[in-house]
Order: sequence, then structure tokens, then C-alpha cells
Amino acid sequence: MSGKTLNLTLSVWRQPGPDARGAFMTYPANGIPEDASFLEMLDIVNEGLIEDGELPIEFPHDCREGICGTCGVMINGRAHGQEKGTATCQLHMRKFADGDTIVIEPWRATAFPVVRDLVVDRSPLDKIIEAGGFISAPTGTAPDANETPIPKEVADSAMDAAACIGCGACVAACPNSAAQLFTSAKVWHLNSLPQGQSERYRRAQNMVETMEQFFGSCTNHGECTEACPKEIPQDFIAYLNRDYMKSLVANRKLAGQR
Amino acid sequence: MLPDSKIPDGPMADKWENHKFDIKLVNPANKRKFTILVVGSGLAGASAAATLGELGYNVEVFTFHDSPRRAHSIAAQGGINAAKNYRNDGDSIHRLFYDTVKGGDFRSREANVHRLAEVSVDIIDQMAAQGVPFAREYGGLLDNRSFGGAQVSRTFYARGQTGQQLLLGAYQQMMRQVNEGKVKLHTQMEMLELVLKANDDGVEEAKGIVCRNLTTGEVTSHAGHAVVLATGGYGNVYYLSTNAMACNVTAAWRAHRKGAYFANPCYTQIHPTCIPASDEFQSKLTLMSESLRNDGRIWVPRDPDEARRADQIPDADRYYYLEEKYPAFGNLVPRDVASRNAKTVVDQGLGVGPLKNGVYLDFAEAITRDGRDTIEEKYGNLFQMYERITGEDPYTVPMRIYPAIHYTMGGLWVDYNLMTTIPGCYATGEANFSDHGANRLGASALMQGLADGYFVLPYTIGDYLAPKLGEALLSTDDEAFIAAEAEVKGRTQRFLSIGGTRSPEYFHRELGKLVWEYIGMARDKNGLEKAITEIRALRDEFWADLRVLGDGDTLNSSLEKAGRVADFFELGELMARDALDREESCGGHFRVESQTPEGEAKRDDENFTNVSAWQWHDENTPPTKHVEQLTFDEVIPSQRSYK
Amino acid sequence: MAAPTAAQTTPGANSATRPLRPSLRRLPFPLNLYQTAVGKKWVMAATGLALLGFVLFHLFGNIKLYIGVIEHDGEPIYDVDLYAEGLRELATPIFPRTWLLWLLRFGLIGAFVLHIHAAVSLTRLNVSTNRPYESKRDWLAANFASRSMRYTGVIVLLYLIFHLADLTWGWIPGYDWERGEVQANVVNSMSNPVVAIVYIVANVMLAVHIFHGTYSMFQSLGINSPQYNYIRRHLARALAAIILIGNVSFPIAVLTNVIEYDPSLLG
Repeated sequence: MSGKTLNLTLSVWRQPGPDARGAFMTYPANGIPEDASFLEMLDIVNEGLIEDGELPIEFPHDCREGICGTCGVMINGRAHGQEKGTATCQLHMRKFADGDTIVIEPWRATAFPVVRDLVVDRSPLDKIIEAGGFISAPTGTAPDANETPIPKEVADSAMDAAACIGCGACVAACPNSAAQLFTSAKVWHLNSLPQGQSERYRRAQNMVETMEQFFGSCTNHGECTEACPKEIPQDFIAYLNRDYMKSLVANRKLAGQR
Repeated sequence: MLPDSKIPDGPMADKWENHKFDIKLVNPANKRKFTILVVGSGLAGASAAATLGELGYNVEVFTFHDSPRRAHSIAAQGGINAAKNYRNDGDSIHRLFYDTVKGGDFRSREANVHRLAEVSVDIIDQMAAQGVPFAREYGGLLDNRSFGGAQVSRTFYARGQTGQQLLLGAYQQMMRQVNEGKVKLHTQMEMLELVLKANDDGVEEAKGIVCRNLTTGEVTSHAGHAVVLATGGYGNVYYLSTNAMACNVTAAWRAHRKGAYFANPCYTQIHPTCIPASDEFQSKLTLMSESLRNDGRIWVPRDPDEARRADQIPDADRYYYLEEKYPAFGNLVPRDVASRNAKTVVDQGLGVGPLKNGVYLDFAEAITRDGRDTIEEKYGNLFQMYERITGEDPYTVPMRIYPAIHYTMGGLWVDYNLMTTIPGCYATGEANFSDHGANRLGASALMQGLADGYFVLPYTIGDYLAPKLGEALLSTDDEAFIAAEAEVKGRTQRFLSIGGTRSPEYFHRELGKLVWEYIGMARDKNGLEKAITEIRALRDEFWADLRVLGDGDTLNSSLEKAGRVADFFELGELMARDALDREESCGGHFRVESQTPEGEAKRDDENFTNVSAWQWHDENTPPTKHVEQLTFDEVIPSQRSYK
Repeated sequence: MAAPTAAQTTPGANSATRPLRPSLRRLPFPLNLYQTAVGKKWVMAATGLALLGFVLFHLFGNIKLYIGVIEHDGEPIYDVDLYAEGLRELATPIFPRTWLLWLLRFGLIGAFVLHIHAAVSLTRLNVSTNRPYESKRDWLAANFASRSMRYTGVIVLLYLIFHLADLTWGWIPGYDWERGEVQANVVNSMSNPVVAIVYIVANVMLAVHIFHGTYSMFQSLGINSPQYNYIRRHLARALAAIILIGNVSFPIAVLTNVIEYDPSLLG
């Protein structure tokens, strides 16, 4: 905690609508408290803009505690900024130096069209979940929760994968705009649990094939994990690939036994 | 007049079973003939949509988020209660019921609470089957922790992200129904009007909603046979709260203005373990799971002018005020007690931190006792979060915490079937006034949201729908929809055309200061009367001096905010009225005039063992209060004592 | 409005986002392995593995350049020429001469074709899905090797053609190419410093390509076990280093007369 303030220069992508042309605009951000979060810094700049009669910068945000996954912008060429394992909302201004210029750009991917300024549409991620990111357990059908013991290591691994907040930073950081890390996190969360076994291969297949309707292919750069606010490891991508390739055989086998 | 609360007869333990048998059912083949609109995609909304879809209803879900997974249920950290008694420590449905009624300071409905305790058991089974990675022991069985105010270990958790995991579970179930075509999802759609139409008997029933698409500004009508409001709480009326930035009361308030009574708006919960504000521009407060109180010790220096570093202050000079005042519960007293005591010591000038606005939560002893690794395993992500926000390392420097508003027990009045006073309009989860009375126990919010959505509403909604078989949806060309659409468009236009000088953010911040000051942790008559006058004055200023730039045809977050702040003004006033009217202290509502000689909250059971449900008239007419008397047959009201 | 709204499965139905590509019409096994990007990457990794094996074996054979002349059936012969003849006689007399060699060659050609086709189609896919940033990117994990695969790949392909034209087909002017005279051809070709530099540069590119390829292969094939994963980077480094040092050593050795061709030794 300190009372220090920073004077910064922002270079922000402004784009009035999905089909409009965008450009970087420069704004001063003066007197920013060091203890402010990155988004609070934008709040302060916006208050100033409104006072001057200029349209405030639209940026995605909601919970501001790094869990809802709404926020996320490119800050100086890095998704969610320079702090490892930190979402934009949890990045604090004490990590910047007085006089810095900060370049802020929206996520870029063909599947993430810009809605306005820094806000993009990430609904394809929901499509991937819809394709198979669930366990079919209708309400009321569940056996007692302790009837299926799950080794702690398995539960922990599933939890590591399930920690994904769906912010799309992995796609944004990927030079191919691949959503492999997002998809693999959900696939591995469910495929590693005993409850998820019945639909294991169907899930891998459906989710991968839906993913590929929107996103590029993984070339194993590793940018996704670096950008991920939950530091989800790339290992899950390998598990996804494995389960997907198995699914091409395993699903056939099941069909053949009918 | 309040409608019948429909509490079933019979012994407490059989009420819900009997009720399920007694209410009308919709034949499986007929369910597809009904359309249900669910507003909100948090735990209560997503679980209801998933289950209603599974049952065969046509469901349409509306969320103002870009994805249903963003709902604020996701931010709950600590856990979810269930009377599983897996620890063999004497827990039971009856004990959970008892604890919840008592925790709610005898201002909740016994029958609702008992039902909640009953279905809590099914929730854990259901969520585990859906793949929620609850914490496990090495033997593979579910782990539990004890949680603020409970003397048994009945809280299930998934690291410090239980809300996230439960919400994702419910979201995934809903997405499965989306995939199967039973649920239609509308994202980026904010409900701005509830549409009513009188039936043949002249009773106005909910027939649909009007929404504004936040990215295109398009205003559209949606018809349903019933409307479910699962739109969360109204904590953001305080401006600084632990709620997400977009949380608001608008949907519930629109329903209230259309005739749904608002119950107990003054019951708001202050969470004791939040990170204190650091400056004027702070936009929100961050909550840290209450589970921290299991291992952390809360203290302040005895000397207001203490200048030493925390770790250099000897035990003798530390005031462990909770442990001293409440030897039995110590640091685990219920939230309201913990919060009020923090306020007391800070008001005495004993606060810590640069603004002297916090108290210490110290893990030094726990780290010495259990080792750093154990503490890291339990709270690692919380410690990390704290360090990120404050720049201080809680492994070496005690955390600084202070209470912040975090949950609202008040909400739309509902009967046992979760229906509001508007037939066909339901409220679930935090949006209803429901099960927590005047104070909610830790780890009970997730339980209630999922109980309503998975196990209560899907049954009870049939009772309303069954007689409506064959009834067509109201046409969206009907005059009721046309009028509502015009209302929404007019309101939007009004915000854009005021052309004043202040942003909605400014008004929100100013309103929040008033509400926190007068309707915060301690309330008194003068302050509340002042609150009403000042909120009204600020509201007038809002309508005269608001500045919303841009237009209504694209994404315009100032415009969204203006609408939400406008509703918060009206709500704030109602909260003050309710707090003023309730001349007793209970749970989260502490009237300075009503306290014991030791400064504890004093209830007035004779006059206030009831629910206040407020009926809206218009902006300038005070609301009418309706009273639902509460009876306690199983848990005999006693003064809460955590000594 | 009479009937309830028809069910539909598009989240964000009100958003502009539509699939960039239609859903698949599933082909029969094993063609379906090659239908998706994940499948193509798997094929790329598998063919890459085969090609890597070839490169290593090729290097192994080339080391015989250092051995020089040996005695075979009482005759002096350059060891590498003997080895080359040995390749042609693989599996004789079960197969006629060069048959197995051609079989292997066809296998290699197939692997090349698939590897290249997968690379081209995945690159096209990724170009279509990616929208470049307007500001400067700050790469954290992506390295020169991973980001230049498509360029090093093209260079390696061009080099391969050159290499075949030079030493297999004898199309490159500048020396008298003789079929079967491996040592002579190599030394004669690479004693031209320009050609030697081409070999050196190309093999640096090959090593860079193999560095990322080896690491990436494990991920694409789904071979991953956290306790062994640290080996993958080491293996990638080791293979790239072996291929770099080994292959670059030949032109340098020719230029510095460590590898020589002296017809007088053959008597």
C-alpha cells in the first residue's frame, strides 16, 4: 500500500462497431494511484473522457476478482498484461512505472469479432461446451456422492483443468487463434473423472470438431499457458489429442458392436 | 393483502413430501406445450433451466452477460453446505435446519428452511454426478470443512473456487439442454420490463418480458407461460460491494414496479473478511473466503497509536476481540457478529493499515502449528489473491480485513412455491427473500440457489402451469407487449437526452456512500430519515444532471449503468423505509436503538416476528407494507448467543 | 404467436459469430484420421517421426565419408560407396536388387507428401482463423523455431530438391557427377564454397525445424506424462544438435580437406 500516483500514456484501440474501422487513440492517464487495478485505471480515464464529452472506452469487465473471465485485453503485446497467472482485473498499477506508455488492444481472432473498442464476442467458446462439455446426469438421477470414490490425485488434476475461466486469453495469445487449451481443459476435467467415462470419446470428438469450426490448430508454441490467468498447463492439450485420436477408433468400435 | 404463503400442513419433516404429492402435475407429454422464460443464468437460473429442459418444458434463458458462465455465482469461494453427516459429527437435516433458522435470527420461514435442509443432500449427489471436482481425501471420499458459525463440518468445497465449479456444473447441464434444443439461450439481453395481462378472472398474470440487446440496442418481446427471475441480489446499491460490477436489481425491481412485493429489503449481509478499500477510486471490494477464519486469528493492537510492525507486537498488546468476547465460537462467530465487532474496534480507532480501516487476520500461529505447506494447500489461492491486490505477503505479514456488503437476504416476496405476488412470476436464488431470514450462514447461498433451481421450482411451477394446458402464448403483438416496449424505449431515450454533467458512475458512488453510511452495519432513526431525504434529493439531481454519451444502438455501458442506477435509487429509498419501520435489531439489521446492555443485537419478537413485504405505488407515493406473520413450531426463538 | 418457438442450438444467436467452417461429413476410417486439424497434426507428427528417422539414418550413413577407403573382397573401396551399394542390395536375394530401397523411398515420398500437405492445409487454416495484432506482440513461449516452422519447412524442401539434383541426379553443373561414386561426388560438389555454404545454411534450418518438430511431436501424438515431460525439450535439443553438428560437419570437412577423394587410393 502506498499513496503514490503514476502518470501514464495510453494507446487504446477504438472501434465504434463491429463493421467500423478501428484505430489506436492516445490518451493521457494522469494521477493514477499505484494501488488501483488496471480496470480502475480505465475507469478513471473514462470519467475524464465523459467529463470532456468524449465517449468512454468500452472494455470487458465484471467480477474484478479474476474468476468470471469477462475481462481481458492485450496489454503491451501480452494477453492480460505482463503478470503471469493474472487476469487483467487483477493486474495492479504498481506493476507499471511512472511515464510508461501502455498499448491496449482487444483480443484478435477471426472467431472473436470486435463488438466495440476493446470488447469482443467470444460466444464460440460456448458452442464448444455445448457440443459436449458436460456429463449427462439429469437432475434426480444421481447416486450418493460417496458411492464413487475418486482418488485425490484425480480430483486435483480435474480441478486444475476445471479452473479455466473461459476468458479466451489462450485464443488471443495463440499465433493461430487456436482454442486447444480451452477445449482440452474442459475435456480433461470431465474425461479424467469416473463420472465422465461413458461419454469420454464422444465428448472428445464432438468438442474437437466443433472447436475446429471456429478456431485454428495447435502448433505447440505454448503461448496459451503463458497467457492463461489460471496457468492451465499445455499437458492437457496432449491428453485431448490422445483422447481425440482414440475416439476415432473407440467410437467406431462401439458402433460396430451395436 | 398478501396472498397465502401456501405453507403445507402436517409435521415439519413431512411438509415438502406431502406438498409434492398435493400440488398439480403437468403430464410429461404436455410439458412441451409450455414455454418458461428464465431470466439470469447463475446457479438458480442455470440449474432451473437445465432441469426444466430435462423435464420437457421449452425454456428460454436470458442473460446480460456475453456467456451464461459469467454469472456472479462464479465468485463464491468457500463452499456449499449439506446435511450429509459424512463426518459422523452429529449433523442431520434437522440440525442444518435448526442452524439456518437460528442463524437467520428467527426471521425466516421454518417450512422453507426445512425443505432447503432436506434437498441439500441431493445437491451434493447431483453436483458430484455432474463432474464437479469437489475436494477429496486420499481415500477418494468427499472432504468437508467447518464454516463460519457451524459446529459441524458440513461444507463441501472445491479449492477456493466452489462457486465457480458449481456454476460451471449447472452451466454445463444447461448447455446440454441447449444442445438438445430444449433450452434457447439469449446472451447480452437485459430484461427491462415484465409484461402482465389480465386473465379471464381479471387477475394480472406474468406473460412475458421485454429485453434490450446490449450490443445492438434492439428491444424485443418474449412471451412465456411463466417467468422465472433468477437475477441475484442487490448488494451493488452500496456501490462498493463484493458483487460483480454488473450485478443489479433491475429485473427484480421492474417486477416490483409491476406488482411483485419486495420483502425485507433492509436485510443485507456484511461479510467480515474482505480486503479494505485503498483509495477513492476503488470500484469494488474483494471478498476472501470466510474459511480463512478457521485458521486465522483476528486481532487489533490494544494501543490506538501502535507504531510497531504487526509481527513485533507481543501477544499481551494484541486485542483478540472475538476470542475474548465469544470464547465458545471465537473467530468463527456468525458473519454479522464478526462484522459488527470489526466496526466497533475500527470506530474505537484501533484499525490497522494506512487508512486505519481494517483489522488483522493473522496466520502466524497456524503456520507454526500446521506448517506452511498445509496452510498453502488450504488457502494458497486466497493468499495469492491477497498479495496480488495489496502487494503484501500474508505468509509473513498478517492480512488486513474489513467487512463489506456481500449478500442480500431481502428480495422479492415468494410463497412456498417460489411464486411472487404476481401469478406466473417466480423468483429463485438470491433474488427472492426466501430462506435466510435476517442473516445468512456461510456456505448457504450456493445451497439455496441450487436447491431452488434443481429441486424446488421444477416441481412447484407445475402447480401453476397445469390448469393452463392449452393456453396459447400471448402474442408479442399484443398491446401489453407494445406498451412495455414503448416504455423501455422511452426510458432509454430519457437517459440519453438529459444531457447533464455527471456520469452514472458518479451518481452510483454518491448513492453508495449514503446507503453505506445510513443503511450499513448500524442504523438509527435519524440516519434513516435522513437517508430517505438525501436519496430523494440525489435522485432528483440524477434525473436532472445525468450525462450519458453515445447512442442506444450499440454497446453503451454508461447507458446500461444509468438504468441500473435509476433503479438503485428507488430501492435505496425502500431499504431505508424498511429499516426505519423495523424497530428491532435482527441478523444483518442492527438498529442502534435496539441493543442489549452489552451492545448485542436485541430482537423484538413480540412485534417483529414477521416479514415486511412492500407494495410499490409510484415514485412519489410511499409504498404500502404488508405483513406475513412467522410462526416457529420447531425452533423456539431464543436470543442468539455465541458467547 | 401460436406455437412455442422452435428449439435452436445457437448460443449468442443474436451475435454475429457463425461457424467459419461447416460441420464435417464423416469419412470412413482411416480417412477420418485426416479430416480434422487434430488428426492432421497427428499425421504430421507421425510422418515427421518417420522423416526424422530417415534424417538420422542418413547422417549415420554419411559418417562413413570420414572412414575413407577400406578393403572389401580384396579390393580397395570408399566405405560410403560400399554402403550406398549395400542400400541398393537391401533384402536381396529375397527381393530383386533396389526393390526394398524403392519401397522405402516410396514410403519416404509418401511421408513427405503427407507432411507437406498437412502443413499447407493447417497453415491455410491458421491464416484464416488468425487476425494479426496491430500492435507489437511480446512473445513469451513461442521461440524462433516454433514460429518459423513454415519457413524452415519450405527451405528444407527446396534444399532437399537441390540435394537430390546435386548428388542423386547430377544436374548441378560445376563438377563431373558419376553415378555410384558417392565420395567423389560429395567431395567434388562441396569443395565449391558456394555449394558448401548452401549445405551449411540449409542444415542449420533443418536443425531448427527438427528442434521444434521433435518437441511438438510428443504433444501432437498425445504422448505426455508430467514426470517425463522434461525429457522432451532435452531430446529436441539433442536431436537438433546431433543433426546440426553431423550434417554441417561434412561440407566443412570437405572444405578443410578432412574428407578427401583421391582416386589413386583405389588403385
